[in-house]
Amino acid sequence: MTAGDRQRTRFGLAFVSPWLVGFAAFTLYPVGASLYYSFCDYDVLSKPVWVGLLNYRDMASDGVFWHSVANTLLFNLMALPLGLVSALALALLLNQPVRARGVFRAIYYLPSLVPAVASAMIWLWILNGRLGLLNTALGVVGIHHPPQWLADPAWTKPSLALMSVWGCGNTVVIYLAALQGVPRSLMEAAMIDGASSWDRLVHVTLPAISPVIYFNLVIGIIGGLQVFVPAFIMWGGEGPDRSVLFYAVYLYQNAFDYRQMGYACAMAWMLCALILALTWIASLSSRRLVYYQGD
Amino acid sequence: MRAPARLATYALLVAGAAVFITPFAWMLSTALKPLDQTLAQPPEWLARRYEARLGGVLQEVRPGGLVTEPSLWALERGSAQPVALAEASVRDGAWQPTSGLAVPVEVLKAIPASASAPWREIGDLSGAHRDVVPAASVSSRIALRWENFPGAIRAMRRFPRYLANTLVLCVLNVVGTVLSSALVAYGFSRLEWRLRDPLFGLLLATMMIPFPVVMVPLYGLFRWLGWIGTLKPLWVGSFCSSAFNVFLLRQFFRTIPRDLSEAARIDGCGEFRIFWQIILPLCRPALVVVALFTFMGTWNDFLGPLIYLTDERDFTLALGLRVMQTTGSGGIEWNYMMAASTLVILPVIALFFVAQRSFIEGIALTGTKA
Repeated sequence: MTAGDRQRTRFGLAFVSPWLVGFAAFTLYPVGASLYYSFCDYDVLSKPVWVGLLNYRDMASDGVFWHSVANTLLFNLMALPLGLVSALALALLLNQPVRARGVFRAIYYLPSLVPAVASAMIWLWILNGRLGLLNTALGVVGIHHPPQWLADPAWTKPSLALMSVWGCGNTVVIYLAALQGVPRSLMEAAMIDGASSWDRLVHVTLPAISPVIYFNLVIGIIGGLQVFVPAFIMWGGEGPDRSVLFYAVYLYQNAFDYRQMGYACAMAWMLCALILALTWIASLSSRRLVYYQGD
Repeated sequence: MRAPARLATYALLVAGAAVFITPFAWMLSTALKPLDQTLAQPPEWLARRYEARLGGVLQEVRPGGLVTEPSLWALERGSAQPVALAEASVRDGAWQPTSGLAVPVEVLKAIPASASAPWREIGDLSGAHRDVVPAASVSSRIALRWENFPGAIRAMRRFPRYLANTLVLCVLNVVGTVLSSALVAYGFSRLEWRLRDPLFGLLLATMMIPFPVVMVPLYGLFRWLGWIGTLKPLWVGSFCSSAFNVFLLRQFFRTIPRDLSEAARIDGCGEFRIFWQIILPLCRPALVVVALFTFMGTWNDFLGPLIYLTDERDFTLALGLRVMQTTGSGGIEWNYMMAASTLVILPVIALFFVAQRSFIEGIALTGTKA
């Protein structure tokens, strides 16, 4: 290494030093400690006591844990496709040559900026079984025994999925940017060949934006498995029949309500594994379905 | 586009927009109502002020139910409060209750109501006095209760503290994140050095770690530092840059021609000066995006304050809203709740309209550069 090399490395390290410090203190140490605690009995107040695989074995036989896994997967099975498809539909509409596109885009985007707490409050009010706007509207169109959105365990997850569609504006904007990057030449070629607008959507547009669909899917999986705030605020955590006791909520309860920090860490690592497994499955399917230009 | 297709596109866009706006509209509508009107069925969109003569004085009243059958308005014997409306009919030349009233009463007023000329129960605002008057004599007009906003602020008790705490956190996080992330991104993009690429790979890898994994040890660390119950856990980390923002800024920094730095170096410009005086000013749009996202993230954060803050005086607005929801005695006052939510949402929306382009470009960037 020459003197110049060494100096450049010193400069480089100096510039990235804030990240190095943060990485050591707020990532490397916590990740290591978390892994260690996951094999310990730990309540934060006293020293961790090594218990081997006990936390993981407990998890396997903990009915509430499996309930939270099922809740989380079921919710995502509703919310994820619903969110991806509605966002894509809205983006396709916005991508048409329409007037006042900026206004529409702003309207669709704004809800995604609303703080999660405020959005939870608004929807608590709208979904109120007796006085809520939604059930009143349903009454007007002749549905006189509307769902008890917040009180009926069968409807709590669909309620949350509905709310998440309201906040899909972020995804709409990402799709829209991708749609505007679809090569015009491809579109024109398809038109000249007499492809219908449906054919153009399926054979040109969707393949062209498939990397972004895949990106949104992965982001959706990662975020969706960690869903916490709406359930925690609207139902105080569990909801009727524990129907909104999601993975992250149960993890939080173990850490801060029951002070079973070791168990919470073990749960966090299982969450990691779950995220990896699901994104891996998504990537397997992406190999067949995602089209990268230039490949 | 053919005309029918065009029409369908607009129809769908407008319908969708109506659905997306409705929750906002309903929030604002509720925020401007008196409490009793939030419970009215069917609900009305615009708050009304009702006036009628009560005790001989024209005053604001709370309207009650409609009376469409002939009835008696009765007073319990020995009491000053009217107690009951009872169906009545004329028998033996006088008004008589059709069904017997449970308590001995004095008849105050006979009400010859019918479906075409209904009467209405009214009460004054304190609920102390009540009466039944011809419905036509109760006048109403649209009157939005802007005073619900100061009311909600009072109901939230420590609103000024919550606001101050939130703003302090926003400023510290924005300054910390922008400065440190720009510095780190510069090191990862505009300098050539050994270890750079493997370290950057490490930085990208840290983005994959879900928060719950580090949640417990971070809590332990901050507890050991004596920071639990202070604002420190919520901002100190921002001065160590964040992987996502470093990534975003690095993409931007790379687009600036290398010659610019070379020329400055030849002129004897130090590396930090190149960063501060040449590169940063050129990257203003990207820095604005990072600042905006950081502000929003801090303003909206719920989990962080929930975990680290213990004293209500240190709470942020997000936690304050939750406190308001959980401490209300006897049901949520939805008008105040919605007014408070409006206050929390308003700055975010205002910011969006001021910096719309940065928002949209920033979001688009996260998707397309990935």
